[in-house]
Amino acid sequence: MSIAVDRDQAFLESIRRIAEEFAAPNAADVDKNARFPHEAVEAMREERALSAFVPSEFGGAGVSFETIAAACFELGRRCGASAMVFAMHQIQVASIVRHLDGSPWFEDYLRRLSDEQRLIASATSEVGTGGDMGKSVAAVTPGADGLCNFEKQCPTVSYGQHADDLLTTVRRAPDAEPGDQVLVLTRRDQMEMEPTGTWDPLGMRGTCSPGCVVRATFPTEQILFVPFSTIAPQTMVPVSHITWSHLWLGIATDAFDRARAFVRAAAKRNPGGEPPPAAHRLSHVMSELSLLRAEVDSALREFVKASEEPGRESLTTMRSALRFNNLKIAASEQAPRVCQGAMGVTGIVGFKNDTPFSVGRHLRDTMSACLMIANERIHQTNAGLLLIAKEV
Amino acid sequence: MDGAGFGPGWRNTPYRWDQGTMTEEIRRILRENARLSTDVDSLTDDADLYQAGMTSHASVNVMLALEDAFDVEFPDSMLKRSVFESIAAIEAAVGELQGSVAA
Repeated sequence: MSIAVDRDQAFLESIRRIAEEFAAPNAADVDKNARFPHEAVEAMREERALSAFVPSEFGGAGVSFETIAAACFELGRRCGASAMVFAMHQIQVASIVRHLDGSPWFEDYLRRLSDEQRLIASATSEVGTGGDMGKSVAAVTPGADGLCNFEKQCPTVSYGQHADDLLTTVRRAPDAEPGDQVLVLTRRDQMEMEPTGTWDPLGMRGTCSPGCVVRATFPTEQILFVPFSTIAPQTMVPVSHITWSHLWLGIATDAFDRARAFVRAAAKRNPGGEPPPAAHRLSHVMSELSLLRAEVDSALREFVKASEEPGRESLTTMRSALRFNNLKIAASEQAPRVCQGAMGVTGIVGFKNDTPFSVGRHLRDTMSACLMIANERIHQTNAGLLLIAKEV
Repeated sequence: MDGAGFGPGWRNTPYRWDQGTMTEEIRRILRENARLSTDVDSLTDDADLYQAGMTSHASVNVMLALEDAFDVEFPDSMLKRSVFESIAAIEAAVGELQGSVAA
């Protein structure tokens, strides 16, 4: 136990160092130029952070999921885009690790990922599905030499051009229903990724997520045997919502810290006086931040507890779907609220992009939160589930 | 509440469905609510309903219709994909709930 705790602590220390030394100094440039956070991701490779969640028997560090979530928070405090790349990669790793089902190919793949510190991107959204991740148009299609292929039109693939591998949802076969999906892991040398758009967004600019057409050819061993309909509720959806909300909390926490630093600086200029009016506003922001933190913390605890049950059955219930959907909605609305509150405290000094109290990037980055799987789509799903779920 | 609009087996007191009638009633509910791409009559009792095209949205309507027709309430622990994945699985779930009522 203490070995596991030491290992988790050591990993988190290395992530804090990466955040301070590599993510923070480049965050403004990454944002300004909408460029990939190479420095932070290279540092993650150096520290073997890309295999942190891979069990030690396959060459990874085998850290706990709570530690991965905490790492998303720490990176988020320094650079939202670096944190999002880290989070997205860990979501793919967790989906493989938790649903390997003894596949020799995927066990070897995890060893290779650990050796080479390979970065995985995800292609789950698709043109023509109305934003529903639970449906695919593209299908695994038998091809020549016993190999399979697919072609998928992706509206966004985060850091696709910078990743070594891609985890993609596709229909099981050309005649399968839209909801009969599997996950396929393909390496860069097995794919062609043709960009279909540009990338000049409002926030999260460093994630470099233009659309693309993916064409891949691969042997059938690279298809995860466990259906996506099992992987999604047990791992991919809750892990996405938990890691994202941790990094949004990180961004919001830094915005709050900057607002507090601003108020302290103002108070020091006027020693012995009443707290400045901005301090009152700061108090309001603090209570908004504490609501966000409470929701994020409790969702993590519930997920970890449910993951320890044999078969993880409770994660497949509608109650669980509602729980982790609600986390996404609540956190994605609350994080920009905190950042906007911080801007209210700092005023023009926070509005400007080049002061120690700037919170514009924080606000813009967290505004992406409600779009990453559109909140309205999640409400639509919840509306259906609420008709039948009993205690929520 | 009167019985109008409820399934053929609706009664004021808990009613034990015999297996053949229950299967037929489940098939009727699926025919009306599951929006399968396949004809319900062509499915075996073990066939995967999701692979036959039942979406999660349609499955909610199936659950509502089942609760109505069999006068049961699925507890949250039973509201998961595996419980509604086939006619046999649904029958077992409804049977379990009715058994607990009768006990």
